[in-house]
Amino acid sequence: MRNALIITRRELGAYFASPIAYIVIAAYLVVMGILFSLIVAGQPGSEASLRFVFGNVFSVIILIIVGPLLTMRLLSEEQRSGTLEILLTAPVRDWEVVVGKYLASCIVFVAMLAPTVVYPLLLERFDNPDHGTFIATYIGVILLGMAILALGLLTSALSQNQIVAAFLGLGLILVLTFVQFLASVTSGILASTLTYLGLLSHFFDFLRGIVDTRDIVYYLSVASGALFITTQLLGTRRWR
Amino acid sequence: MIQVEGLTKVYGNFTAIHDVSFQVQRGEILGFLGPNGAGKTTTMRILTGFMPPTAGKVTIAGYDIMEDSLEARRHIGYLPESVPLYPEMTVVNYLNFTAAIRGVPKRDEAVERVMAQLNLEDRADTIIGKLSKGYRQRVGLAQALVHDPDIVILDEPTIGLDPKQIIEVRELIRSLGGDHTVILSTHILPEASQVCSRVLIINEGQLVAEDTPEGLTARLKGGERVFIHLASDTMEAEEALRNIAGVQEVSHVGDGKYEITCVLGQDLRPVLARTLIERGWDLLELRPIGMSLEEIFLKLTAE
Repeated sequence: MRNALIITRRELGAYFASPIAYIVIAAYLVVMGILFSLIVAGQPGSEASLRFVFGNVFSVIILIIVGPLLTMRLLSEEQRSGTLEILLTAPVRDWEVVVGKYLASCIVFVAMLAPTVVYPLLLERFDNPDHGTFIATYIGVILLGMAILALGLLTSALSQNQIVAAFLGLGLILVLTFVQFLASVTSGILASTLTYLGLLSHFFDFLRGIVDTRDIVYYLSVASGALFITTQLLGTRRWR
Repeated sequence: MIQVEGLTKVYGNFTAIHDVSFQVQRGEILGFLGPNGAGKTTTMRILTGFMPPTAGKVTIAGYDIMEDSLEARRHIGYLPESVPLYPEMTVVNYLNFTAAIRGVPKRDEAVERVMAQLNLEDRADTIIGKLSKGYRQRVGLAQALVHDPDIVILDEPTIGLDPKQIIEVRELIRSLGGDHTVILSTHILPEASQVCSRVLIINEGQLVAEDTPEGLTARLKGGERVFIHLASDTMEAEEALRNIAGVQEVSHVGDGKYEITCVLGQDLRPVLARTLIERGWDLLELRPIGMSLEEIFLKLTAE
């Protein structure tokens, strides 16, 4: 784990040495700011909740796009430049590399989310909203983000090209998002399975203030599953 | 220190290396000599644990590279051929990072030591992406040495450097011998003979020779040839050359130009020159013909 943290530190340095992190964070905050002012601040008498801000379709779309943009570089660039060869011949386990990079992307994600905390603080001043719901909302967004970042990291292991990795990641996340819509054309166990697999079917409860362990387990399973596959993919250099 | 037995690597239906076995003793500098595509990089990637072999066994400092990979890797410093570095990091930060992931206890001291060793102190805070090729090579060597490994594996460490830098790197490698066990690959024969205490020659994935540089040179002497250019082309001259003791073959390769094959271990140049001048033929040029690597392989594989 010590090695993973060393890699996390290096990755954080790399994030803020390139413009990508700044651009992604700025774009995210601009979109969220617009949504907040349109949905809550600009509507007198609206509900003092972030439910319709984070639950808004644009908010979800930008979250899905931001994930692969934050992770596309992580493994593809190391493969392209060959630095992976030095990294993986050091006494470091493959999973430590994967977890270290993943943690860095999660930290950047949380840093991106952090400024949005001014929204609940603002609402706090003008109303008496439910704190629990705010906390649940952020838990939900962070869990969804963790799953999306892990999926993005997985596709970053698949290509030496960052752009290809980003689009593969976006594709994978969209597939996991849309499986739940297939549920409406099926029935029985298949329908409930598809609904369960859907990346967003576990999200909206959080926004209503409901923290269900099943939803937490779902997101953490998706994230750890993706990290496991990523570690295996790194291992496939063994027959490439 | 390093034991390699029956190493084979197959990619799809292409055999990159086939049944390669050798040993390296502590303190030796082993040269891995071969043309591009001979399997040098593949062998090094297997030795460093980056790729597993299809068959065969590698033991590094007593640890199997597949079974005890982490332990084995602790003993290795490796510089891949392309010198991959993180361009956004400063030299000192990068070396600190590489020291950290290799678990160096006194990191600052180790980084300072290796920067002094490679004359990198004045570039400590420069961003790697802005360094010249020569400096980047030094940073690459520094990261391979920062944890003071028993074994240093360098893939084509002088490629792309200017002559002065090549000499510096060769001197550095020579100075590593004794304390460190070094394996370096090269496709330049003089480099191998200058730097290495032993040379392995690999061609098309197979070891074709293993010898000291002196032994190798002696074995190749048998094929040493001399090029002679005379002002005029005469049958008599050709006849005279042929009659010199030690000359095996004289071939006429152009107007007044001859290639002479001499017997093993005898330098016939003084005799050739004297003979020609005493007979009054104007000698324009006389030089030994160096063998190209391809010819060396042909010769060694033909033996």
